[in-house]
Amino acid sequence: MVLDVRGLTMDFGGLRAVDQVDLQVNEGEIVALIGPNGAGKTTFFNCVTGMYVPTAGTVTIARPGTDARQITRMRPHLITAQGLARTFQNIRLFPEMTVLENVMIGRDCRLSAGILGAIMRNKKTVAEEKQVVLDSYAMLEIVGIGRWANETAKNLPYGAQRRLEIARALATEPFLLLLDEPAAGMNPQETRDLVALIRRLRTDHQLSIFLIEHDMSLVMTLSERIYVMDYGKLIAVGDPGEVRRDPSVIKAYLGEDVSA
Amino acid sequence: MSSQATTQPQPGRYLAYAWRSLLVSIWFAILTFPIIVIRANTITGTITWRWHNIGWIVGGTFVGSWIWRYFLERKRAGAEATMGPLRQRLAAARAVVTQAARRPAVARGGIAALLLLVVAFPFVGGMYQTNIMTTALLYVVLGLGLNIIIGLGGMLHIGYIAFYALGAYSYALLNLHFGLNFWLALPVGALVGGLFSLAIGIPVLRLRGDYLAIVTLAFAEITRLVLENWSSLTFGTAGIRNIPRPAIAGIRLTLPQTTTFVYFIMILMVVLTIFVVNRLENSRIGRQFVAMKEDFIACQAMGVNIARTKLAALGLGGMWAGLAGVVFAARTTFINPASFTVWESIIVLCTVVLGGMGSIPGVITGALVLILVPEYLRAFAQFRMLLFGAVLVTMMVFRPGGLIQKRRRAYTISAQEKQVAAEIGDPGIQG
Ligand SMILES: Nc1ncnc2c1ncn2[C@@H]1O[C@H](COP(=O)(O)OP(=O)(O)OP(=O)(O)O)[C@@H](O)[C@H]1O
Ligand SMILES: [Mg+2]
Repeated sequence: MVLDVRGLTMDFGGLRAVDQVDLQVNEGEIVALIGPNGAGKTTFFNCVTGMYVPTAGTVTIARPGTDARQITRMRPHLITAQGLARTFQNIRLFPEMTVLENVMIGRDCRLSAGILGAIMRNKKTVAEEKQVVLDSYAMLEIVGIGRWANETAKNLPYGAQRRLEIARALATEPFLLLLDEPAAGMNPQETRDLVALIRRLRTDHQLSIFLIEHDMSLVMTLSERIYVMDYGKLIAVGDPGEVRRDPSVIKAYLGEDVSA
Repeated sequence: MSSQATTQPQPGRYLAYAWRSLLVSIWFAILTFPIIVIRANTITGTITWRWHNIGWIVGGTFVGSWIWRYFLERKRAGAEATMGPLRQRLAAARAVVTQAARRPAVARGGIAALLLLVVAFPFVGGMYQTNIMTTALLYVVLGLGLNIIIGLGGMLHIGYIAFYALGAYSYALLNLHFGLNFWLALPVGALVGGLFSLAIGIPVLRLRGDYLAIVTLAFAEITRLVLENWSSLTFGTAGIRNIPRPAIAGIRLTLPQTTTFVYFIMILMVVLTIFVVNRLENSRIGRQFVAMKEDFIACQAMGVNIARTKLAALGLGGMWAGLAGVVFAARTTFINPASFTVWESIIVLCTVVLGGMGSIPGVITGALVLILVPEYLRAFAQFRMLLFGAVLVTMMVFRPGGLIQKRRRAYTISAQEKQVAAEIGDPGIQG
């Protein structure tokens, strides 16, 4: 088990956005979290990645082959260094930096150069910087946007921006990748390419993947297990077939096409 | 405002501008009426009506407003796409210059010429010019230092001058009480500037934008008030006199010689600053600064320690102010709190904004322009503030990135390395 969340609760004033959620992701699994708008999915992500401090509950992670450790209340940059990396629902790139530099920031937590090294430009720092450029470029090739390496990030086409976010997350060397609506705003062809990319990431890079998604066809084809949230509570868990038939899910999604 | 994307303003549009400009000028006439038209003589108890002034106001505002609108419209229409002949020629000239600068012989020649100019300046220009230039160079160092905090780190710091003051006072006081000489005071000043910058950084780590601006502004004022009122230590508003000028052991320099000497100290300091800032900028640290400025949430989510990055920017920025402060104290030989008002902070801030945030040549240009132009325009002294404001507003509207805008660095990846990376990669997005 790479991620084990127990009784996670998050209150915003009087609003309980996430209510006693238990959720597990196993090694090498692709797990989806779905639910209507405002169900609390993004908030759940933010609690797991340390962006919010949860009101209650625990988050435990285990990099495959190592001991489990609790990361509740750890600061976000430390959680990322532990091996959890995420993308954002509303793309959050560094818009004025180049595509390559965006990924280089993802490498940052694996680097050691300090202020003195930067000024002296000693051998170690120079070698490290050179390696960062190559590693980051390799990440761009993995997601297929290498040709735009020196382009300003904000000038990328939309689909490529989403891919850049994934490349940047990969650069942190995660074992668990959290994707918040990676297909949002993509056309059917782009979505199909994305599904292929996510599958390939899992097999080639031994990743476990946990994603939030509204695109039901993507969720149903890609994920092995699905968690369904509504009003902050988990209302169903199971494989795509089970979830699709679950009456409470159908009720929550009333009017939305679950069978697609 | 209409958002029709016409490439060239049409005749009908000029009429529309004229109408709006007329309204603006009438409004302005009403606003300024009490001060421009009425003049009350309190001694004789009479009022003079200066109606002719209203003509100037209305006419001036009308023309000004019309020109403003014209340029604003052109900017909105994407004047870049349809370059006028002047712009075209400028662009062509720029291309020629950048082409030439790439040739090593030309680049070497350029550097030699600059070096010659810099070295010859005090001997050709005389003491007065050298002094002015030294002041400008102090502001270059201040600008480059603040640029680390604002231009790279994106923290709107308005209290920067406080560290300058602390640097100056550290030299003055340590010299007074312990006879510390100028050369030893330099690192001490830098250390004091950096440490104080860190010290106020820690409590404001969570603040951003306007809140940070207000707190740092307050900090600068508090520093000045402490310097003013803690008379037993700082001699209050009377200040500290007879601070020794920089000297080389054993050699007595005349006043003109010292002026030249300080000028060269400042040149060296500017070179050192450029060197260090440039290296910081093109390193992991500089990258962290810029990423933090662009999106601090994404930045921390990607594993960057925001608190440490902020403190690094503040500390590194504060050091330069402390360093410059020591030179300032040694050069003027007299300091008091009046030299370190918030207004000075604003000027340094303006050099960064005007020149181009995050761009080293930009900040240097900004500092030279902002300090030298007013010196040579003494005749307009009373309109200085007005011109200052007008220039800044115009800049913000028409060239928000500053005079010389920062370009991100492009990295080269060899074909062979690309090949290696491509083999593990995705065919990717076509098109
Ligand atoms: N920082 C916050 N402060 C206060 N309330 C918040 C905050 N963030 C989220 N909420 C509230 O928590 C609830 C859950 O929001 P959340 O963004 O997690 O939903 P979601 O499931 O991601 O929805 P969507 O599918 O639209 O992205 C909403 O009612 C939202 O208004
Ligand atoms: Mg969401």
